Amino acid sequence: MVEKKTKKETSAKKETKKAAAAATSQAASPAASPAAPQKQAKVGVFICHCGTNIAGSIDIKAVQEYAATLPNVAHVDNYQYQCSTPGQKKIEDAIKEKGLTGIVVAACSPRLHEPTFRTATKEGGLNPFRFEMANIREQNAWVHMHDREGATSKAKDAVRIAVAKASLLQDLFPKAVKVEKTAMVVGAGVAGMQAALDLANAGIKTYLIEKSPTIGGRMSQLDKTFPTLDCSQCILTPKMVDVGRAPNINLMTYTEVDSVEGFIGNFDITLRKKARGVLTPKEAEAKGIVGGGCNGCGDCEGVCPVVQPNPFEMGMKPRKAIYIYHPQVVPLIYTIDFESCIKCGLCVTSCGDKKAIDLEMKDEFEKVKVGTAILAVGFDLFPIEKKEEWGYKKFDNVVTSLEFERLICASGPTGGHLVRPSDGVTPKKVAFVLCAGSRDNTGVGKPYCSRFCCMYSLKHAHQIIEKIPGVIPYIFYMDIRSFGKAYEEFYYRIQDEGAKFIRGRVSHILENPETKNLTVFADDTLLDRPVQIDFDMVVLAAAVQPSEDTNRTRKLFGVSCSMDGWLLEAHPKLNPCGTTTAGVFLAGVCQGPKDIPDTVASAEGAASAASIPIHKGEVELEPYFAQCMEEKCAGCGLCVNLCPYTALALVEKEGRKVMQVTEAKCKGCGTCGGFCPGGAIWMQHFATPQIMAQIDAFLLGGEQ
Amino acid sequence: MAEEWKPKILGIVCNWCSYAGADLAGSARTQYPPDIRIVRLMCTGRVDPLFIMKAFSDGADGVLVSGCHFGDCHYLEGNYKAAKRMFLVKSLLKNIGLEDRRLRMTFVSASEGAKWAKVIEDVVKTIHELGPSPLTELRQ
Repeated sequence: MVEKKTKKETSAKKETKKAAAAATSQAASPAASPAAPQKQAKVGVFICHCGTNIAGSIDIKAVQEYAATLPNVAHVDNYQYQCSTPGQKKIEDAIKEKGLTGIVVAACSPRLHEPTFRTATKEGGLNPFRFEMANIREQNAWVHMHDREGATSKAKDAVRIAVAKASLLQDLFPKAVKVEKTAMVVGAGVAGMQAALDLANAGIKTYLIEKSPTIGGRMSQLDKTFPTLDCSQCILTPKMVDVGRAPNINLMTYTEVDSVEGFIGNFDITLRKKARGVLTPKEAEAKGIVGGGCNGCGDCEGVCPVVQPNPFEMGMKPRKAIYIYHPQVVPLIYTIDFESCIKCGLCVTSCGDKKAIDLEMKDEFEKVKVGTAILAVGFDLFPIEKKEEWGYKKFDNVVTSLEFERLICASGPTGGHLVRPSDGVTPKKVAFVLCAGSRDNTGVGKPYCSRFCCMYSLKHAHQIIEKIPGVIPYIFYMDIRSFGKAYEEFYYRIQDEGAKFIRGRVSHILENPETKNLTVFADDTLLDRPVQIDFDMVVLAAAVQPSEDTNRTRKLFGVSCSMDGWLLEAHPKLNPCGTTTAGVFLAGVCQGPKDIPDTVASAEGAASAASIPIHKGEVELEPYFAQCMEEKCAGCGLCVNLCPYTALALVEKEGRKVMQVTEAKCKGCGTCGGFCPGGAIWMQHFATPQIMAQIDAFLLGGEQ
Repeated sequence: MAEEWKPKILGIVCNWCSYAGADLAGSARTQYPPDIRIVRLMCTGRVDPLFIMKAFSDGADGVLVSGCHFGDCHYLEGNYKAAKRMFLVKSLLKNIGLEDRRLRMTFVSASEGAKWAKVIEDVVKTIHELGPSPLTELRQ
């Protein structure tokens, strides 16, 4: 027992280094035994009706009456909407009037309103961490809607468990850390470019990372954009030039994120600069080659003997082993594809004095420090050949919408003349198959709507009507989703222009092996009869899916994904750009399918959100740090190896080894605390006595 | 009696995946049996084997530990460490004569609301099959 007392003293000292006013909290200092309730704990319990959301399934009155009987409860109340101004006022007033030491709100999920009620707790004059939430909405009222008795009993238990924890909560103080005044944007499609430009214009130095050799992304592959019919290049290339010129943007193409360490305000990110084989003028200058480096003249490309398909043109145009995707690339620097390069050296000779080419170049790694990061890693097309019934890759004249974009684009492989891949003849009858792989519950395609296919297919229909006299576009659709500004009007316009609309999904497509013409079989659900129509060409509006690298990148940044792989926002409505990792934000399609206006809007939102911590200059980290109770620590060091953040170390103190926590590195997962054989680790806000009290309250509390 | 009996099941879940998944089940109004009580931790890595043993000795009929999928842990690898500990605890349970099926670890992501509901249904079903914990009788 004597030993215990000394423990209390030493650890209490440690706990209260910042907490001059926290005299009361010492009662629950680390060494307090699990069962011992905090001295004079006075808990206030507030139960929210949430309109009928909670009150519709749970007997609020019964829960309130029950809460009043619980140990340590000094005040009970309920309100229609606890999160509203009057609701929060009730909490503040009760703290002041009754001298409460802990607050329990039984309402929605803490993931929604914990910050709200912490603020109310603070406004009432209590430390905000003396607040605990009982989730009786998402995890109770809403999932037991037809079991009032069961839900009410569960709510009582939830309140009891929360009161047990609230009785033992302590004053905690968030740790303020400085924020590096630099941001990073991963992915330089239109989303990434917009986000980087906004950040740069707000005065923030921004790294813009792009894995391919040029910026521009998917939008640079498009011909026209709906519903305005702006030429995609005309509105995008100036932005690309701005990005290339912006003094605050450090553009790094052909670069990938290799590893991410640290936390909001202080991310240490290692970048892999893939071997490009070609020096930029800057790099050449650094190597002492005056006036050297790639100026994009293209002499090398002329002599290169290796021919490869150009992925930018969806493989429909050749490129060399040393290449640029298209003449408008930013930066205008050639890239060597080392997988196909035969190292003949012809390009080196043709480059001459510029000495831009280095066939022995290796990947380089660069470490940068940034305060916040935005992921804008975009999308790929769903491999529509998986829907075998439509014959993509089997039949020459079945193309995807992205191939169609290149074929109709003035800078594309055919100079904008739409031709059939099989024979180069202009098609006169073209079918557009919508929801190709989208809204597909067969397990082969994607269950979601890809959102922009309806509109671009209408645009495609318009484009061929405009370009090919006498052509008839047929659109096979399930529903036309023209939801945006001036979209429905565009739909009417295309109807007036003579496009034929058949409401029904295409069951299968057959090819005439001689003419290479295609027969489309579908069900016209409006006329309720099967249709069978011959076409010269079929365009599949293929579904979109997260880009290839999305999964790897999201794991580096600790971002979750939804079931279909799109990156998960912090809240679908109220925080669509944020993620659960503080300081990491989402822009564009990587969060879910979006058309260009929505993508740009989300990029601007992400840029704004990412600039807030940087402009504030300081962020507060939740104080869920591990603390070592040195008198219990045996110095075994098992925890040191368990910590994924190297936040723990063994140090010599008073002639023996004890563990020490570097708070700035500790993220509060508690993995050390879950393992310590001596129970010597005090996880703030999730301390063993607090959790034990919750378990006891659940299993023993009800009966006693 | 058999119908009257309501199992006592403790769910220890991580904040980032399973708790969020459980919230999603709520937002989607996916219905499941109300026989579980949740204690939220930041990570399943925090789960001290003592918590589980304490729950059983307090009379829990079942314990569910639920975290992120492997590779998705908000703290890189807390769920791996938790999963390893579960083997230890399960063998401990067997040693004291308790069915190890009373303890279950699952991985439910923030987007798997429907899976959460299925897991709960399944856990409740398992515990119903096993019946009240023999420790409860001993306590009485």
